Amino acid sequence: MGSENPTLQYSNTPVPHSNIPVAILDVQSLSKSYRQSSGETTLAVGNITCQVEAGEFVSFVGPSGCGKTTLLMSIAGLLAPSSGRVVVNGKEVNGPPPNLVLLFQEYNKSLFAWRSVLGNVRFGLDARDDRSAAAESKARKLIELVGLKGFDSHYPWELSGGMQQRVAIARALAYEPEVLLMDEPFGSLDALTRLELEDTLLRLWAELKTTILFITHDIEEAIYLSDRIWVLSRRPSQIIQELKIDFPRPRHQVTTRAEGRFMELRNDIYRQIGNQGIP
Amino acid sequence: MVALWRFKGAGFLLTLLAIWELAADAEWINALIVPLPSKILKIFFELVASGQIPMQILVSMKRALTGYLLAAGIFIPLGIFMGISPMIYRLFEVIVEMLRPVPPPVVIPVALLFFGLGDEMKIFVILFSCAWPILLNTIDGVRGVDWVLLNTARTFRLSRVKTIWQVILPASLPQIMTGLRVSLPIMLILVVISEMVGSTDGIGYFVLDSQRRFKVAQMYAGMLALAILGYMLNQLFNLIQWLLLPWHRGMDNRKDEG
Amino acid sequence: MSRSHPFNWLGWSSFALLLVTWELIARATPKLLLYFPPVSRILAALGQALATGSIVQHGLVTLGRFAEGYLLSAALAVTLGVMLGYFRFLHSLLATSIELLRPMPSVAIIPVAILLLGIGDGMIVSVTVYASVWPILINTIDGVRSVDATLIDTGRTFGLNSWRILRQIILPGASPYVVTGLRIGLSIALILVTTAEMIAGSRGLGFFILDEERAMNSANMYAGIVVVALMGYALNRLFLLLETRAMKWRHGMMARQVA
Repeated sequence: MGSENPTLQYSNTPVPHSNIPVAILDVQSLSKSYRQSSGETTLAVGNITCQVEAGEFVSFVGPSGCGKTTLLMSIAGLLAPSSGRVVVNGKEVNGPPPNLVLLFQEYNKSLFAWRSVLGNVRFGLDARDDRSAAAESKARKLIELVGLKGFDSHYPWELSGGMQQRVAIARALAYEPEVLLMDEPFGSLDALTRLELEDTLLRLWAELKTTILFITHDIEEAIYLSDRIWVLSRRPSQIIQELKIDFPRPRHQVTTRAEGRFMELRNDIYRQIGNQGIP
Repeated sequence: MVALWRFKGAGFLLTLLAIWELAADAEWINALIVPLPSKILKIFFELVASGQIPMQILVSMKRALTGYLLAAGIFIPLGIFMGISPMIYRLFEVIVEMLRPVPPPVVIPVALLFFGLGDEMKIFVILFSCAWPILLNTIDGVRGVDWVLLNTARTFRLSRVKTIWQVILPASLPQIMTGLRVSLPIMLILVVISEMVGSTDGIGYFVLDSQRRFKVAQMYAGMLALAILGYMLNQLFNLIQWLLLPWHRGMDNRKDEG
Repeated sequence: MSRSHPFNWLGWSSFALLLVTWELIARATPKLLLYFPPVSRILAALGQALATGSIVQHGLVTLGRFAEGYLLSAALAVTLGVMLGYFRFLHSLLATSIELLRPMPSVAIIPVAILLLGIGDGMIVSVTVYASVWPILINTIDGVRSVDATLIDTGRTFGLNSWRILRQIILPGASPYVVTGLRIGLSIALILVTTAEMIAGSRGLGFFILDEERAMNSANMYAGIVVVALMGYALNRLFLLLETRAMKWRHGMMARQVA
């Protein structure tokens, strides 16, 4: 597994970004442990250090239970780190930062059942006390962009799982965050819906130019979507590998995945994760 | 003929009533104690037409609903605070656990002592009895709000006060409604009891008084009126819930807990 | 209420504060003495009543009626409920009658009972049975019907006959619902016994409390209420204890779901 192919870079340490502008997201030696009800202390997230540039699409890939959600919630400011810190756009994170949103995996539990689709998508804007006509049209435009045109007045319980997750995505993007964190957003959906939403997400990302930090256990999904991937170890999670993904954009479900390098990458990551044995 | 099979429940009931009618008519059972259903119905309609039963129901309902709404107005907010703040919960926990095991009718003599035979006595009793299902269900509802929902509000930086109003309250409303629904029959039972023990009017007093005067058919008519009242209150509540919780219509109904 | 809960200092303090305030106000305003006898006087009255045994006698009478009524209603309601839950035909036959009778507040049956049975233990136990049957019956029916058809089919695949399916699959499967019904029935039974004693009794705690109120012995009245509350609390704890023992499998299952 040498580096004969000039478009791929493997490294076991973070790629130095010396001549690149300041990262929009800077995670410095982040670790998180918590106390169980039994009194034991568990280290969920080990030493994580990485930087994300503005406009990038990056993914964390790791086995189940490796602390991915804890990691994401720490970055989002919903949990206080046990050590280390997170810097978003130059400001240290001390609680949910104003230009960052976290999207949860359980879409049905994150949508507000008493609000319509439009009501949900507007939620972030309402939270900012922005009830202008511009806000409403922004929300409606996003509902259209995620492919739910005409469903504005529907309620969450009337929608399928995939549609509900689209509402959650629209809601997050209506807020116009600079950084969007996504916690295995497509994990609970069936395979075909997942592929559809992957493309929807890429389309939105290209148009809105948000920075996205994506978590998944689906290796191929990570490769398909991302510019860079960090492979996480088992709990306590640490970065064991960083890969740069250089496939041209826009990506295509058939052609991109058909490339030989796609499978090589996938197998490499798969082995990396598998090497850690069964817990 | 096959289509009529659907109504076998109603048919069975009618058969039972017919047997009752025959048995009372033929004196197999003592018609003084168990009169003919036809006679009961006749007296029922007479009392309704004359306005006597509706008036008694009105009197009772005035007391009952006052107590019920007061209980809601006091114990829903209290439940919300107790659900949100562990400290407030602990503050009241012991007092609540001390008062809860008291069977509500036992409070009637206390109410009699304080308020005599008036409306306030019944209102107090109903307030006390409906308090616990409303309070406990409200607390459970607030505590049961999913952490994903709360964290979603946090990631959008919703202020604490707004989170209570815009997220916690609507999210716990279904469970609060459960508490209100469970309290409804309790309200009805206690207004009847309090009228039987200490009153000079109301539908509960009417039934007991009829028995004391040996106006037996009238007594049964009163019971029928109570059954209809109970049924109508239920339907009214369902309607209100249907209107208040439009998003809940498509979701499963949870099991009630007393 | 798990063992790991720290002692609730705040709660007990607020409760103690309430009692102390009551005591002070009662002592300070002799006019209110009737309504608010000092807590100390209530406790004294309680002690005296216990010593003379009068309250104990009343308590035992109430307890006896309660036990008889509740246990009888449980046996009746569970049996009937299982039958109605299991045999669809029987249920559809009786469903309309049940739905029409249900909304009537069960206490309205007391005048009829007095007519039929006079005033006495028979009447009191009967109305208790009538009232308690409802929640137990309804919940049992729901419980039996809630047992997944897949579970029953599994039993059939293993060659279990109908009787064994009932005993080993349906009854355990329905038991959470039955327990809920039994718990509600317990509160209802206590309510009905005390109510019947107030309306037409000459003995028992319900009668005692009302009687003392009429005689303007408020301290004794409150003492009686304390005894009833303790009885209710003790019965609830006993129920919880038996339930935990019988439903160990379910508690383990629920605990794992939470973890």
